[in-house]
Amino acid sequence: MQTTSGQWDSKRAHEIITEHAGMPGALIPMLHALQHAFGYIDKSAVTPIAAALNLSNADVHGVITFYHDFRDAPGGKHQLQVCGAEACQACGCRELMTHATEKLGVQPGETTPDGMFTLNTVYCLGNCALSPAISIDGRMYGKVDANRFDQLIDTCKAS
Amino acid sequence: MTTTRIYVPRDAAAVSVGADEVAARIEHEAGARGLDVTVVRNGSRGMLYLEPLVEVVVNDARLAFGPVTVDDVPGLFDAGFLQGGAHPKALGKTEEIPYFAKQDRVTFARCGVIDPLDPEDYAAHGGTTGLRKALQMDAEAICQQVLDSGLRGRGGAGFPTGIKWQTVRNAEADQKYICCNADEGDSGTFADRMLMEGDPFTLIEGMTIAGLAVGATQGYVYIRSEYPDAMATMRKAIELGYALGWLGSSILDSGKDFHLDVRVGAGAYICGEETSMLESLEGKRGQVRAKPPIPALAGLFGKPTIVNNVLSLAAVPDIIADGAAAYQAYGVGRSRGTQAFQLAGNIARGGLVEKAFGISLNELIHGFGGGTYNGRPVRTVQIGGPLGAYVPADKFDLAADYETLAGNGAMLGHGGIVVFDDTVDMAQQARFALEFCAAESCGKCTPCRIGSVRGVETIDRILAGDKPDENLELLLDLCEVMTDGSLCAMGGLTPMPVRSAVQHFPEDFQRDNPPGASTSSSARVTN
Repeated sequence: MQTTSGQWDSKRAHEIITEHAGMPGALIPMLHALQHAFGYIDKSAVTPIAAALNLSNADVHGVITFYHDFRDAPGGKHQLQVCGAEACQACGCRELMTHATEKLGVQPGETTPDGMFTLNTVYCLGNCALSPAISIDGRMYGKVDANRFDQLIDTCKAS
Repeated sequence: MTTTRIYVPRDAAAVSVGADEVAARIEHEAGARGLDVTVVRNGSRGMLYLEPLVEVVVNDARLAFGPVTVDDVPGLFDAGFLQGGAHPKALGKTEEIPYFAKQDRVTFARCGVIDPLDPEDYAAHGGTTGLRKALQMDAEAICQQVLDSGLRGRGGAGFPTGIKWQTVRNAEADQKYICCNADEGDSGTFADRMLMEGDPFTLIEGMTIAGLAVGATQGYVYIRSEYPDAMATMRKAIELGYALGWLGSSILDSGKDFHLDVRVGAGAYICGEETSMLESLEGKRGQVRAKPPIPALAGLFGKPTIVNNVLSLAAVPDIIADGAAAYQAYGVGRSRGTQAFQLAGNIARGGLVEKAFGISLNELIHGFGGGTYNGRPVRTVQIGGPLGAYVPADKFDLAADYETLAGNGAMLGHGGIVVFDDTVDMAQQARFALEFCAAESCGKCTPCRIGSVRGVETIDRILAGDKPDENLELLLDLCEVMTDGSLCAMGGLTPMPVRSAVQHFPEDFQRDNPPGASTSSSARVTN
């Protein structure tokens, strides 16, 4: 789930790490909690996480970088995902993604210069009967053509 | 004046096309007109082409209207839809809509019918019957019922669920686990999501019964992060389950314990592979494990573990409640019970069709699905997700069951069927299969990690007209290496869509022919 990005707070981060350290298989829930709180996982968190879980820094870094969801730098205010999987391909998502990159002026994986949108490709939102699908800040939209895409972007900008 | 019940789905797919706005508008209009209505946010009935599907209860029958837009709402009130008044969007009784009436709703019997987070509604529709019965049975008898039902893993592998359960039951350990694989990453599939959002207690009940059957007291539902609504619904249902004594210590005063937690994935497709999911649950990189040992003997934290798909576990309450024979009566050959087929992609009537195994692809794609959304001819379907084969239109007489599809170079997988029209470029689709594998490979084994990258390069050379025949041979050779040499299904099955595309649509790989000059009878437009 995506959240708005915030300011990294080492004290609060340390509290989150401590709160999660005792649970079985704590690392992924801990990383989710940190990203939920701050919008990203600052590199400075690696050492305290490793210490709390009795892991090496390399272990923690390896996990953060393995999963697509985790970011080590703040993203845009809105997280925009365009589905690129087969069901959406059958309904024109390649063209929709081209439209999105033109409309926003960024490539997948990038954030707009005004910090409003981070654009990403996602492989399947589970809305495959109503393709093409996109997601904005965790809310899914179906049957999205170029017009509807523009309307949704304009709504975000106005909010 | 009595209140009129109106159902507007809360399912994320319904919401994706405006269900929240429709629900709000209905409440607003009713208020403005001084009408007493209760809007219930149910799951989806699975007729996603009709979403948002609004249902009104008139004389104890549910009347359907759809697809309803916000702008339709005042007109529906003007037409007296609360009394079943005539309206262009009126569809009659929901359960008499042919798409719905022709299905065999077993696992999804409650989905779209009840309020997903109302335990009384759940119990009133047969919920907890299986659990109460299981609490009176011994563990061996529960496993035997599941075995006798013929239930096989609905995640795609099709392994007999009862055998897996017996293996875990017979393993000696101080702790065992039930892990539900809800990392539904295959394109074209959404059944797990629909069930978790529409009938979460069924999954909880199935997992609890699994715990009783094998002596496990802790369960985890591993849900992909792309499913925030499923996560929220499952968490809320689990919270309610604890409050009701359906979960926790001494469930239903039986003296038996079962605890359940939701864990969230982090955007890695490979974590749908069972051992990779276990690694992720343990807080590690989602890299697959070599087998043996099998998870049933050494799974989560090294303990005996059941790893089952959402739909396998959700089938269990009915199997226990109604007996193995009732479930086993559905289906053909060794494919017993029902399958939740998901009709997706370029399809006129997309949605979920729960049907006994044995139905033909034609009946699903054309009978239920109505062909393509845009009216062009269907050229192919991909069955079973990104690792599944592309099946050409002249093979749609095949029956959709495990053995028939496997015998024809395809696989059922999780039951997703993605429809493509005649403009699809099969070389691009084959390229994507390898590109996806390159992006999502866990990196543990070389055939998958390197083979996928080399495969993309080789297809690019074919498409550029660079020694196409030699490179095509090389590509097929690479497919063989990946199939035989990969550690798990990711690398092992990625060749399936590639080979099927090459086999059935060779003309698409001959780029020295200008697009449209192919010998195929169907018109083709390349990107």
